[in-house]
Amino acid sequence: MQRTVLLSVTLALAAAVGSALAAPVNYKTPDEVAAFKPGPNLEVVQGNCTACHSSDYINTQPPMKDRKGFWQAEVTKMIKVYGAPIDDADVGKIVDYLAATY
Amino acid sequence: MFDRRDLLKGAGLAAIAATLNSTKALALDTVTLPFANGERPLVKYPQKRPMIGLTSRPPQLETPFAVFNDGPLTPNNAFFVRYHLSDLPYNLDPDKFTLEVKGKVDKPLKLSLKDIRKMKATEIVAVNQCSGNSRGFSEPRVAGGQLANGAMGCARWRGVPLKAVLEMAGVQAGAKQVTFNGMDGPASDKTPDFVKALDIDHATDGEVMLAYGMNGEDLPFLNGFPLRLVVPGYYGTYWLKHLNEITVIDGVYDGFWMKSAYRIPDTPNNAIEPGTTPKATIPINRFTIRSFITSVADGAKLKAGAVTLRGIAFDGGKGIKEVEVSTDGGKTWTSAKLGKDLGKYAFREWKLPVKLAAGTLELKVRATGNGGETQPDTPRWNPAGYLRNVVETVRVSVA
Repeated sequence: MQRTVLLSVTLALAAAVGSALAAPVNYKTPDEVAAFKPGPNLEVVQGNCTACHSSDYINTQPPMKDRKGFWQAEVTKMIKVYGAPIDDADVGKIVDYLAATY
Repeated sequence: MFDRRDLLKGAGLAAIAATLNSTKALALDTVTLPFANGERPLVKYPQKRPMIGLTSRPPQLETPFAVFNDGPLTPNNAFFVRYHLSDLPYNLDPDKFTLEVKGKVDKPLKLSLKDIRKMKATEIVAVNQCSGNSRGFSEPRVAGGQLANGAMGCARWRGVPLKAVLEMAGVQAGAKQVTFNGMDGPASDKTPDFVKALDIDHATDGEVMLAYGMNGEDLPFLNGFPLRLVVPGYYGTYWLKHLNEITVIDGVYDGFWMKSAYRIPDTPNNAIEPGTTPKATIPINRFTIRSFITSVADGAKLKAGAVTLRGIAFDGGKGIKEVEVSTDGGKTWTSAKLGKDLGKYAFREWKLPVKLAAGTLELKVRATGNGGETQPDTPRWNPAGYLRNVVETVRVSVA
């Protein structure tokens, strides 16, 4: 959680500096309020997944019968298809968290 | 271009929350979409009314379904939003915006927004619908954005035909496809950028448009300001937002978002046995035909007696021939009166006065297109949850 907050504050600062340069559009989205549910290896999940997307991407997925298989496939897709730079050692931890929590 | 009240509201909240210029999301309320894990926040973004929040980064917003009962044109501030990649051009400068046209053309172009607005404008009323619209109803459920029926909308788009711009550039012999890229990009440079392609004949059909206007206003930022592709009758995946790069190529584009994503089974009705994997796939293309009751929500309680049912229908561009309504769960059907024809790509309104007897009723609606295609009684299935067009049912209790 703390890392997410720090990240968003940093982004907000960057946006504030950016807007001082008077770029005309300067569209402001609301803060991210969705947070990951507590669970094992939470910090590994936050450190990896939130680099590209908010946690509601995970939270809104449907309840599946084979949760482990579903989340394993999703994490594999993030790495192989979308190029997520996830350490091999973290993959199992992330899948375990997702299967246990969502 | 922004709603001043929204900006002021945002500024005030930022000051209160002391979050350095970023607004606290307004937890307005929640809605529950009618499938498992369907709870969503209602969220307020600049230029938008409260919308169903699917994801916040990148933003994905679904239109509350009641909006579709207000008329055939979906207001800009209620129009759905879908992005793939989270690096949005939040600070783009419309005065410096440039559309580049390059590749297999005689004369590569760099057009400013002013250049484009000086060209002869055309307008078209057309539905834009996300490929994943209604995915949440797919059974068995599938991964992806879990949307109900609100990732669609119909607007009057204003801009210039893509054909006119390509003629200015002079398409060379041997051109096969045209690719489109927008200013939004991935957070990681390892993620494939969102690029889509149309065949050259489609791109030059005179209907595909570079739009800067939507329902008489500039495009809202989240709907692709300052320029987007409009591909009438085709799913939203082709309607590139923040469009700034058009490339004519002499092959078939094989980037991820064409070759691997947004594919449908190459089978009759593009359907397969639920839960299985297709042998061969093709890129998603035209909308399937759909119709909805908009005046009565599922689960509504109605008074017995006379009531006029209303709704909308649309298809992939042949136009709506007939809309039929059943108030007895599909046993008998009555033709509805069609509303004004805004064009073959638009929402077509319909209405039908009916008499409802007391009891629990299933109201159903079914459209038939000018090409004879209609809606199935049971849902078809494909692994990505695309193309849903089953006859919709609204259950009401009448007393």
